[in-house]
This record gives sequence, structure tokens and C-alpha cells, in this order.
Amino acid sequence: MDVSKRFGRIFAIHRVNLEIRDGDYVCVLGPTGAGKTTLLKCIAGLERVDEGEILLDGRRVNDFPPEVRNAVYVPQHYALFPHLRVLENVSFGPMAKGVRRDEALVNSHKMLELVRLDKRVDSLPQELSGGMQQRVALARGLASGARLLLLDEPLGALDARLRIELRYQLRRLAKDLGLTVVHVTHDQAEAMTIADTIIVLREGMVEQMGSPFHIYQRPVNLFVANFIGDTNFLEGIVSERGTEGSTLELRRSLHIKVADTSYLPGERVVIALRQEKTHLMSAGMRAANAIRGRVQAIRLLGDFIKCEIRLENEDSVSYKFLRAGAIPGVGESVMITFRPEDCMIFPYPSTGLSREVETT
Amino acid sequence: MPQVEIVGLTKTYGQIRALDHVDLTIRDREYVSIIGPSGCGKTTLIKCIAGIIEPTEGEIRIDGRVVNDLKPEERGVGYVFQEIALFPNMNVWDNITYGPRAKGWPAERIRHIGREMLEMIGLQARYNSYPDELSGGASQKTAVSRAVSSGAILLLLDEPLGALDSKVRTDLRYKVRRLVQDLGLTAIHVTHDQEEAMSISDRVVVMRAGKIVEEGSPMQLYSVPRDVFTANFVGEANFLQGAVVEAGEKGAIVEVSGYRVGTGDSSRGVGEEVVLCVRPEFVSIESGESALRGVIAEQIFQGSVVRYVISVSEGLTISADYPEGLEPRGLNPGDGVGIVVPPEKVLVYEPPREGLAKAISLE
Repeated sequence: MDVSKRFGRIFAIHRVNLEIRDGDYVCVLGPTGAGKTTLLKCIAGLERVDEGEILLDGRRVNDFPPEVRNAVYVPQHYALFPHLRVLENVSFGPMAKGVRRDEALVNSHKMLELVRLDKRVDSLPQELSGGMQQRVALARGLASGARLLLLDEPLGALDARLRIELRYQLRRLAKDLGLTVVHVTHDQAEAMTIADTIIVLREGMVEQMGSPFHIYQRPVNLFVANFIGDTNFLEGIVSERGTEGSTLELRRSLHIKVADTSYLPGERVVIALRQEKTHLMSAGMRAANAIRGRVQAIRLLGDFIKCEIRLENEDSVSYKFLRAGAIPGVGESVMITFRPEDCMIFPYPSTGLSREVETT
Repeated sequence: MPQVEIVGLTKTYGQIRALDHVDLTIRDREYVSIIGPSGCGKTTLIKCIAGIIEPTEGEIRIDGRVVNDLKPEERGVGYVFQEIALFPNMNVWDNITYGPRAKGWPAERIRHIGREMLEMIGLQARYNSYPDELSGGASQKTAVSRAVSSGAILLLLDEPLGALDSKVRTDLRYKVRRLVQDLGLTAIHVTHDQEEAMSISDRVVVMRAGKIVEEGSPMQLYSVPRDVFTANFVGEANFLQGAVVEAGEKGAIVEVSGYRVGTGDSSRGVGEEVVLCVRPEFVSIESGESALRGVIAEQIFQGSVVRYVISVSEGLTISADYPEGLEPRGLNPGDGVGIVVPPEKVLVYEPPREGLAKAISLE
């Protein structure tokens, strides 16, 4: 509740207010420096909060040391003991807490089975791949018996392809064990696939919280619309507002129709349009919006193909489609189209568009 | 003349062969990416080319000249790696012009190349900033221009974008690609991100256990991979195992878990054991006639894609991807559905000797 953490004058997290339900798989998403790790560490008890309250199971835990919070933090850089074997790495924590040796070993073995490393219990960390080491760190977290798992970029150090495979496994494991998980990542595709609930964090504040579907379909602002999904942005001014929809004027007096009627004529707005909702028009097709353009580049993205187009008014858009479709050639003149109801409209930001959607 | 030729390159660490007789030729102005699971040897390979690791055996030729015995700085290569390594006590301008200054270029020429580089990376306004004031993306752009400012013709990129946020990374990869093209450089790029490699390369090299498994254009590797490992590594894939029950001119029919699956491969004989591979984006769900049947186990919203995981039989699940908005309506987990797999999209492989699971393992 209204939790803040300051480092000097900088608010790492500022008045963050959120509630996580029992058994939920939550992903915290945001760019570098958003405060994701600080938030996790505050919940774990590894950072003291400067303001606000943290409640776990209804109890205020601000003054509780980490080991009695029933929450375990699994850091991004899994610090395994290099001289201890896998099984010893996992059973070390419980034994240090006074669990009997044989009991700790049996339980650790079970956790290693869950992460499918039961055949490697006698290996040293250096003999394992990055993915396996990551799973040992996870087993160590599980063996602590905590019901709340705090995972800091748990798949961050892995190959992209392995990451895709492990994210499904991670979710299944949490669900099978009935754990509550808070998983920090900067990879939006990972969060979309794995989470029940996504929290988008920016500069220490929660921008939006909701199901992946909700956040994708109804981003609250340009930052979220840009951070999640691949999005085209077009600047425009409302020229007409009707009951069924509005007409917007883009650069060079190009007009388009949108379904949103919440803006007044003369207002400066930004249109956010998902790249997969931007389509190539085929001959004889009738559409509310049609803009001429020229293909600038074709990008292969694995399962998707992305096509970059310079429009007749000098704006640029991309559209992406699953491989099944036909691919236009570079330099080809095309017509692009999109549905009025797929246009998400936001007020033009006072700080400029590029600051809201900048990436570098 | 080929720009870079690698012949029989081997690097051993005791018993371990990090590189095992690697042969690779990279043409002038080609952009080649090297991908593979961690430990496959891709980093060792690029470090051998850079001159940072000395190979145990084999030859490296750059522009026709054997460079094995040359120091890194004598090879005419620019090297950029993941950890951003700008001089912290120098601003952007001094970092970029460091090489030309060290080489004693005339002041006018240094100014010219410095301006050209700044303009190319779009950091004109930040020329006076120090590295600790720059974002990760801006730092890495500076590092790339520093690597090429003193005239390198071969750019070696060793996970240059690995430490950056995914959105920044996507944006920057196209900028790096553009820079290489505009300067007419040859580039070798090691990455753990398949999508990155696929989207910017002329050619992609897939490595595993110190060897090259396969190389080809991104399209080739995606559409018609010759090896099951590549098929799984470059994009997600469904694998089905079975035996040919009918062979004709138009293709073979393969029996999988009691179902008959059509393929476009006419080179197989009846009775032959095969592994079939089909990408989730080519699988569709149908209520009518279909090759296979199963029960929807999971429906996963992934943003622009909706994935259905369909359980066909014990141990066999098939994933089908639909563009969001075009997915079949009214389906729920537990529903029985038909699965259609277009025969022309089915890749057919011989069963790997070590078993399928091992052949496609990412570790």
C-alpha cells in the first residue's frame, strides 16, 4: 500500500499500490531502471521501505526480517556455491535453518525432480549449462518452502529459444504447486505468455495493472501501448466528431476514420495502431481507411514477417503478419488499410510523442 | 575475393572441443549471424577471428591474408561486445575519434569522420556527454562507431545488444544493420537471439557443440531447414513421429498415433520411420474433415498471437497459432477439435540416431 523506496533523492519506487491474489502468477514489466527489482526486494524484505505498508496474508511485514516472511527472492544472477554439488546447493538453506539433514536432502531431491534435474544432483555448478544453473536456483527457492516466489529475471541469462521453452515450464510448475509468483522481466512477450496479471512499471510508478488481454487491448496510455506489443503511431488532429465515429486529419491533409468519439474537433491526438491490425489491401476490397504507400523493407522475424511502409504523407507504418500470407516486394506500391475500431486514440502528450514512446 | 575464410578451425580446452574443424567463408559486404545454444562455440569462434583467443588448429584469412599470428589491432577489425566498454573519462566525441587520433590522422580528417559517425548514429546533440550519462542504447551505438571509425572493414559483433532491454534491442539492431550497409562493411554477429539474427542477416550460421550444423539465408533456415535441430532452434516447431503407410508421387502419408498425416515428400518408402515437423502458424483447427483430432489443453493469449495447445494423445501435443482477432471463436479448454496440417508445410526428416529429444535439445 502506497509503498515508496528512495535512494538519496531518487524515488526507486513511488507510492506503489497493488494487491496480489493468492495463487496468482504476476509479471512485473518495465524498462531498465523502472524499479522492478527494488519492488521485489521490498516485498522480500531485502530493502526497507521508506513509506507505506507491505502486507502478506493480511499481516504487516515491514519490520519482519526476510526469513520469516514466507517469501523467497531468487536473484537474477543465481549465486550458486561453486564448490557444492547441486543437491547440497539446494539443501543448504533448509539445513542452515535447522531442518534435519535427511529430511532436507529428501525434500531437495524432490524439488530437483520438479525442475527435471534429478539426474544431475551430483554435478558441480560449473558442469551445468546456464539454463540448468537457473533451474538449480529455482529449486533452491522452492526448497525454502515459501509460498510466495519472487523471481528476478529468472530467464534473463538464457538463450532466447531456451527461454521460450522454460517459460511454459515455469508457469506450469507454479500452478502445480499452488504458489503465488511475482516475476520481474523486461521481456513483454514473456510476460504476455506466462502471467495471469501484468504490472507495467515506469520510473517507480505503476502505469497499468491487469490481465495480459486487458493490457494489450486497452492500454491506458502511449507508454503502455508502445511497451507492450508492436505499435504504429500516427499524429493527427480531430476534424469531425460524429456519434458513430470521428474523422482525423493526419499530416498533409490525409483523413482517416476512427471509432473513438471521446475527443473534440481541433484536439491534437496520437493514433496507436497495432502492427498486426494494419493490413495490406487486396484488389476490390472496400475499406473505411485506405492509404497509399511504398514498401521500404521486409523483415523476417521467425514466425512473423514485418513490412515497413512509407506512406504518401511521409509517415511510416509497419504491418506484420504470420508467415502464411503473401509477401510484397521492396519498392512495391501498396495500399494499406485498418479498421476504425482498431485505432486507439490518446491525447498528444505535452512532453512530445518521442519521449513517451522512446526506446533508447 | 572472399573477405573472411576460416579453414579447419579447432580450439580445445583439455578434453573439450570448443571448436571442432569449423570451415566458413564470409563474402565481402556480407552480414552473417552466428547462433546456437550456449556453449556451442559461437563466442569462441568470433574471438578467434578478433585475435583474442588463439586457435589450436586451423587458419583464419582476412582479405586473403593469414592473420593467425597478427595481434588483434593489426587485423583491421572492429570488435564490439556485450559489456559496454567506452572510456569512462572521455565524452562521446573523444570515444568515437579515439582510433583516428591514436593513428595520428590529420585534425581535419578526424573532425570529418567524427561528424560523419555522430550523424550516422543520431547522437549529434550528445557529443559532449560522458558514458555514465548515456542510456544503454546510446552507449552501444557509440561503441559501434568507435569500433569502425579508424577504418575497419570487418565488424565483429559479439552479443552487442545482449545487455539492452528488448524494445531498445529491436530498435538498435536495424540501426546497426543500416550502419554496416552504409559504410560497406562486412559483419559477423554472434547472438543468442534468433529473431535478431533472422531479421537482419544475409546469412545465418547455426552452431552446436563446436560444429556448424547448417547455414543459409534466414528464409531457408526457417522454411526448409535440413536438420531437425535447426528446425526447432529457428522458431518453434511441432514434432510428430510415425511411419510411412502410403507413398505416392505427390507425397507420403504418415501414420502418427493412429492418424494419417499427409506430406509433400515423395522420396520416402512405405514402412520408413520418419519425424515430421510443422510450425504452429501453419496448423489450423477445423470442425470438419481433419488429419488429426485432439482436445484443447490450453489457450494462451500472447498479444498478436493466440496459441492453442492441443493434446492429441499421451505424449503428443500440437500447438496452433492464430493472429489475434482471427482465432476460431467459442473454443474452450476441454473441447474436442480437428487439426489440419497442410501437407506442403510438413517437413520430413529421418529419425535422428540419438533420439528426437536429444537431437533437438537446447542444452
